[in-house]
Amino acid sequence: MPRSAAPWEIERKLVVKFEDRTNLKYGCKPEERPAEEFMRYGVINLDKQAGPSSHEVAAWVKRILKLRAVGHGGTLEARY
Amino acid sequence: MTGVLPVTLEDSTKVVQALLHSGKEYVCVMKLHGDVADEQVKSVLSEFEDTIYQRPPLRASVKRQLRTRKIYYLNFLEKEGRNVLFKVGCEGGTYIRKLCFDVGEVLGCGAHMQELRRTRAGPFVEGAARFVTLQDVAYWFMEWEKSKDEKALRKFVQPMETCLALVSKIYIRDSAVDAVCHGANLTAPGVVSFETGIGEGSMIVIMSLKGEAVALGKAVVSSEAIEKMDHGVVALVKRVLMPRGTYPKCWKSGED
Repeated sequence: MPRSAAPWEIERKLVVKFEDRTNLKYGCKPEERPAEEFMRYGVINLDKQAGPSSHEVAAWVKRILKLRAVGHGGTLEARY
Repeated sequence: MTGVLPVTLEDSTKVVQALLHSGKEYVCVMKLHGDVADEQVKSVLSEFEDTIYQRPPLRASVKRQLRTRKIYYLNFLEKEGRNVLFKVGCEGGTYIRKLCFDVGEVLGCGAHMQELRRTRAGPFVEGAARFVTLQDVAYWFMEWEKSKDEKALRKFVQPMETCLALVSKIYIRDSAVDAVCHGANLTAPGVVSFETGIGEGSMIVIMSLKGEAVALGKAVVSSEAIEKMDHGVVALVKRVLMPRGTYPKCWKSGED
């Protein structure tokens, strides 16, 4: 049986149905969001060290950045 | 355990579910409890490159019932004495500790997980441009507070859209954005472009033409069908990400 492809191995192509333009008066390109908004809609690709749990690390980020809420994607065991 | 741990800030916490379903990659040191030939280890590892059954360990944060997980690849890297180094690409929720134990059972000698480092969580990769330590976060945030130079902030934070990089996208017209923000399902006339590989029921992300995530949704038709449709529902909105009123309201109340 052929192995299944990992999500990052799947190639997707963009199919354009209509040509359309966006009005620059509304919204904002993600990389150009103003500082406060950039943080609020931001994510950190963190290199977790050994020792603390994923939850503890997330709590530290929350405290360092003085934020209201943070979440994390996928628990990494604490030990070692 | 060390390695890639994406941390979502405030409002971007809503997209964390997209990350949990994307795959993971680990580099692992497995300790064998007996002497086994390299070739035998390689052959047993490749047997696990398939859909495997796992019961979550005693100390687990989920219900302990037998479940299946896909192993996308399991590559033998090196072996020194009884230590085996391998790289594994797998579905989220795979227990590598359990995997090592099971490999040991098949080998007959027994084995346990010695060390583990996550090298990938969905779109987030070890060594990428904004891969930072907790110390980097503290340092750059202090720099930002001191100088108010936004460059410092952009050194360690990236837009939540990165979390959605592996989710199929449907791009919509400006005029359709606010309706979606109000929870309306996406219909064919609003679609400008879309990615191939969308199946009925697959998770999709609705994007603005500026590349902003508008909402997470569930496709009700496939990519092939979207191409041909000129009316009707394309996707159900599951989780709105953009605040209402970001784009102008282009629909009349009381109308469909």
